Amino acid sequence: MSSDNIEKAYSKENRELCLSGKGVTKVFGFGNRKTLAVDNVDFEFYTGDLISIVGESGSGKTTLIKMLLGLTSVTDGKIFFMGKERDIRTRQKKKEYWKGIQAIFQDPFSSYNIFNKIDSVLLDCIHMRGGRRLKKKEKIEMMREACSFVNLKFDEMTNKYPFELSGGQMQRLMIARIFLLRPKILLADEPTSMIDACSRATILDMLLKLRDEIGMMIIFITHDMGLAYYVSDTVYIMEKGKFVEYGSADEVVLNPKAEYTKQLLNDVPKIHDPWEFSRNRREVTAPD
Amino acid sequence: MKNHIRQVLRSGKFMTGFIIIMLILLLVAVYPLLNPGNPLEMIGYNSFVKPGVYFSLYDSLDMESRHVYRFRLEGADELRIYNKFGTEDRIAVKEWLVRYGEREGVPGLTEEEIDVDDRYQLLDLWWEHYDPTLRLGMTIAASRVYQRLDARVAGIFNLEDYNVYTIWNEELEEYEVHQTTVVNDDYVNVNDIANRIWLPLGTENFGRDVMKQLVHAIRTSLMIGLVAGTIATAIGLLLGLVAGYVGGIVDDIIMFFTNLFTVIPGIVLLILISYSIGQEQRGAMTVAVVIGLTSWIWTARSVRSQVMSLRSRDHVNLSKLSGHSMPRIVVRDILPYVASYVVMAFVLQVSSGILAEAGLSMLGLGPKTTDVPTLGLMMNWAMRYTAHLMGAWWAYYPVVGVIALISFSLNLMNTGLDQVFNPQLREG
Repeated sequence: MSSDNIEKAYSKENRELCLSGKGVTKVFGFGNRKTLAVDNVDFEFYTGDLISIVGESGSGKTTLIKMLLGLTSVTDGKIFFMGKERDIRTRQKKKEYWKGIQAIFQDPFSSYNIFNKIDSVLLDCIHMRGGRRLKKKEKIEMMREACSFVNLKFDEMTNKYPFELSGGQMQRLMIARIFLLRPKILLADEPTSMIDACSRATILDMLLKLRDEIGMMIIFITHDMGLAYYVSDTVYIMEKGKFVEYGSADEVVLNPKAEYTKQLLNDVPKIHDPWEFSRNRREVTAPD
Repeated sequence: MKNHIRQVLRSGKFMTGFIIIMLILLLVAVYPLLNPGNPLEMIGYNSFVKPGVYFSLYDSLDMESRHVYRFRLEGADELRIYNKFGTEDRIAVKEWLVRYGEREGVPGLTEEEIDVDDRYQLLDLWWEHYDPTLRLGMTIAASRVYQRLDARVAGIFNLEDYNVYTIWNEELEEYEVHQTTVVNDDYVNVNDIANRIWLPLGTENFGRDVMKQLVHAIRTSLMIGLVAGTIATAIGLLLGLVAGYVGGIVDDIIMFFTNLFTVIPGIVLLILISYSIGQEQRGAMTVAVVIGLTSWIWTARSVRSQVMSLRSRDHVNLSKLSGHSMPRIVVRDILPYVASYVVMAFVLQVSSGILAEAGLSMLGLGPKTTDVPTLGLMMNWAMRYTAHLMGAWWAYYPVVGVIALISFSLNLMNTGLDQVFNPQLREG
């Protein structure tokens, strides 16, 4: 895609509703032990957007993601995929749905089945895209292409077990997986939180490069406000299962309305201030 | 996986248990080849024959002269005295000496002066004091007892004796009397005697070779343990996987039955089922199946709880997102993670299956007794025919030892595996 096309695709006029929800609710347990993980949430995500959902641990981000992926059932409310209410009641329909929506998980170390060689992860993707009948040579060519996209050498990766790779390599391989699957939506659940700082920027850059390459929407889950501001177009702030504020990244970060957003902004470590100082400031003033 | 196997092979505990089991298996495989035959054949006319080599007395008397050798061995007489001068005779000698030893011109003896175990002293005193012509106020019967004793004591040193034996004459249809002279210095080579039998562990109450029976019993009991363990592990694994992975109402139903079985003591269930099958229908395999069907509960429970924590792991989610079917996810993404636990549980189930069979058979509810021996049945026979009261230790101690050894080594293997798969348990 040329840069013109990208701009055209992402411009407000051309936006197409891609994933939306009405009154989405998730309740765990029942009776006295009922916990409301996601509380009557509405959202509209458009094609090509890069959305961040920011909130602290336990605010319901991961539960929301799991519901969007169809890994957990939705207690109440409706989720619409490409304008139509999604239907994932049979395995075949689920498989069809997952061709359009994929995820990268937080912990690369637990994302792999330690008993399988990593080739099988990539092969599964090729098979899912209908490449089961391809010749072995073509499959290897596809895997090689995907690996080189994430700066990995396929020949070094093949026939290895997941525990032989570093965390950064594992997460890059996850991106290679997405490269092969080419979904419309990618849900990235804190993909960089378990990775060391040096690999973090590389991973993010690769995600953004991949987004430009295949034109997908990314929903980026994080608890780091700074990171959200750095990568995303739109930011949703989630507190206790509710979206307390949302808007473009600039709006939310530079002009936060909700008290919780201000708090989150204060918690971003500043490279110039000693940590104690920034903590004290949080109690005295909140930036307006 | 390769790494794990290497660690398992380096684990001292596992290897100790494994080697013991392998040695037992070797015995089970080799012994029947060297000593074939039906283990339930009653070879002896007596019960509880003690361990040792037996050879035909008849054959040893009937040796051709060239097979008889003469030795003058030092200490042979001492050993002979030691063997022939029995405890009862020695006590009788002492009794006589204390009671009637005092006579005119001969000083009497007190009880402290005579040591029953000093055979030479007893013999010297006996020959010094005893005079068969004296009545000493005894009844005739009592004095005869001592005359016979004197003859026996003298017989120890008889240099030459005639032995009489008979042979069945087919033509005349009667016993022919044969006579042979056997001297103190006559020896025969044990290998020249036609009929010999080695009974390493003697015989039991029915006169059956305990060692042969034991080897066959180990084989049957191990088979029972394996079958029971396989059935229990298979049921437990299947129910645990389904309950843990599917969850919801399926989980509730399976757990309802599992909890039901948990509160009923296994042994009671086992006794009731075995009893209702009936003695004649209970083969070893039937018992094994019954044991397997009553001991899957703990495997099911622990597999279920492990699967429940595994099913929300990211790699399972990722496998779902890759469009894999449920059976494939269970087999490829969940089973390998619980496999190590299942192997350990299986080892324990085998050991507890062997113990359960022993327990059942002790109660008389084991496999039918006419078919094959099992470790439990051997214990049952020893108990029922009071081997412990007869002092026939060989009828039950080897069985107890083997049961203990098998379960010890299986538990050792289990602990070794546990330490490999849960590094937290490792010592030092």
